[in-house]
Amino acid sequence: MDLNPTKKSTLKGYLYLLPALLILITFNIYPIIKSFVMSLYTDFDFFTGEVFAYGFGNFVEIFQDPNFRIAIVNTVIFVIGVVPLSIVLSLIISLFLNSKIKFRGAFRTIYFLPYVTSVVAISIVWSWIFHYDYGLLNYFLSWFGIDPIAWLRDPQYAMPALIIVSVWKGLGFNIMIMLAGLQTIDEQYYLAAKVDGASAWHRFKSVTLPLLSPTLFFVSIISIINGFKVFDEIFALFDGRPGPGNSALTVVYYIYQKFYEEWQFGLASAAAFVLFIIIFLFTIIQLVLGKKFVHYN
Amino acid sequence: MDIHLRNITMKFQDVYAVQNINTTIKSGQLVSLLGPSGCGKSTTLMLLSGLYKPTSGDIYFGDKNVTNMEAEDRKIGMVFQSYALYPHLSVLKNIMFPLRMEKVPKKEAKERAQAMTKLMHIEHLQDRKPGQLSGGQQQRVAIARALVKEPKLLLLDEPLSNLDARLRLEMREEIRRIQQEIGITAVFVTHDQEEALSISDHVLLMKDGVIQQHSKPQSMYRYPCNRFAAKFLGNPPINLIETKHGQTQEKLHLHTYNQTKQILAAEQRDVTIGLRPEDLYVSSKENHLISGQVIHMETIGRDTMIRVQLQEETVRALIHPDATIQVGQTCYLGIKEENIHYFNTETGIRLTSHEGGSGNGS
Repeated sequence: MDLNPTKKSTLKGYLYLLPALLILITFNIYPIIKSFVMSLYTDFDFFTGEVFAYGFGNFVEIFQDPNFRIAIVNTVIFVIGVVPLSIVLSLIISLFLNSKIKFRGAFRTIYFLPYVTSVVAISIVWSWIFHYDYGLLNYFLSWFGIDPIAWLRDPQYAMPALIIVSVWKGLGFNIMIMLAGLQTIDEQYYLAAKVDGASAWHRFKSVTLPLLSPTLFFVSIISIINGFKVFDEIFALFDGRPGPGNSALTVVYYIYQKFYEEWQFGLASAAAFVLFIIIFLFTIIQLVLGKKFVHYN
Repeated sequence: MDIHLRNITMKFQDVYAVQNINTTIKSGQLVSLLGPSGCGKSTTLMLLSGLYKPTSGDIYFGDKNVTNMEAEDRKIGMVFQSYALYPHLSVLKNIMFPLRMEKVPKKEAKERAQAMTKLMHIEHLQDRKPGQLSGGQQQRVAIARALVKEPKLLLLDEPLSNLDARLRLEMREEIRRIQQEIGITAVFVTHDQEEALSISDHVLLMKDGVIQQHSKPQSMYRYPCNRFAAKFLGNPPINLIETKHGQTQEKLHLHTYNQTKQILAAEQRDVTIGLRPEDLYVSSKENHLISGQVIHMETIGRDTMIRVQLQEETVRALIHPDATIQVGQTCYLGIKEENIHYFNTETGIRLTSHEGGSGNGS
């Protein structure tokens, strides 16, 4: 086989790429560029598409908007609340599902269900669980003598409620990926570690964690990106409002408000661009850290 | 430290992997567990390591009953077939791992690990990752890791099967050297008879979870205690010729073989006789034991092997390369009487008892 690209082989290659590329360009790449350009529109007529002035005014405006600051803080709290908790829980559950237990297949299916269930359906069920008077959670807490909590109406508890739902919803996907990762670890390493005198804890620390690190790394990147993009859980859980008193207002929700409710396309685009930069920076930081701690075969 | 296995049985669901094994492994010896795949030799090794627990029976390390002791606590070293080196750790850290588990101070652990790399001739590879090593180098690291905590017992699970032929020869001599240098008791699992015969003090031959013979390599070869042992050892394999009791021996020319004649006459049953190819030699029409047409002849290096048609079966013989024999000729083959093996056809058990090993002896 000829390994050097010829004109013909290149053209053929591009042809294969074309269908997917067309869709990606139309629905991803063009909107990204367009929204960046739109974030610079300071004065324009959106009916005619005529732009009268460009500038960084939109960025100045959103950073002066207290709601945008609330959205950023809420989003960060959300990510910090969801990602570590979700990863630790999924790791524990996947270790359990990877061990030799009865009904393993059934458990795997059960844990994967939240991931494939519609967000709206999930939110309806959780709205009931969180219900002040009839909710399962408050009933459960009452066993421990805890007074009922207005999960969805009290600004103080709206974010924890959202975090609980999101952690639960994300478990299925994370567990599936981690199980796949765990199953690639050769049993022989554990046998060797046993013979080498490693206790169960040391086997976990010295064999499982390092050999699972590429998977953990992948899951954490995906989880953080998804965390920053949180929207539909909020929309469904709080009936199309960003929580009581903006307590669950996140950056994407802020963009949604500016775009669809206030028709401030410039501001929405500027906020979207800021979110893009934040996610980009986090991913870069993770990649740098990953090089140091992640072991690839 | 002698190792005793007492009535060890291991059952997986309904299958007996190991059945009622009784044996003793003497301190400081290198013992091979030999047998075809599925004979229970690896299971026996796993039982010694503590990674498997026997269904019944007891294992003693010296006077101590270790049957229910976990692998972590048995203080053994083990080399796995795939080496199982931790891929994320450097060679030195791999070797230090067992010491870290014993909470040996870091400096001392490093010194001991480095001493190990010297013994195994891998000092220059200390900082490499296992993925960057060749098979033979990985093997050395695995042995170093197994030995670094100075275990009383070293277990090797088919350690040479992943190496190419030349390296295998080198590594098996290397394993023997290290074992003798530090005087450790070692158990070595292999399905390769040549490996087992060449480096072990004792060979433990197994089949279907049962010990067939436990003896010194040479006596196992010279005096196999049953037909299976005779067939499993030796390459090319032993020729087995069945004789029917009370009938004239058409296949055999017993003219000058008085002892054979007597034995066959004395036994009140069918007897199978075994002739090793290398014991056969080209003889005369008067003094031969078997004769037939040469149907195949090949010379490999220093050996010339011929196949002789003996009625419906064929007999292999390694003969002197100078012998003037050609395919198609009739060939007369003789053998020294003391080199003939006799087995009960029905049970497979050896008939004449010679000195050397027997079932569970020596």
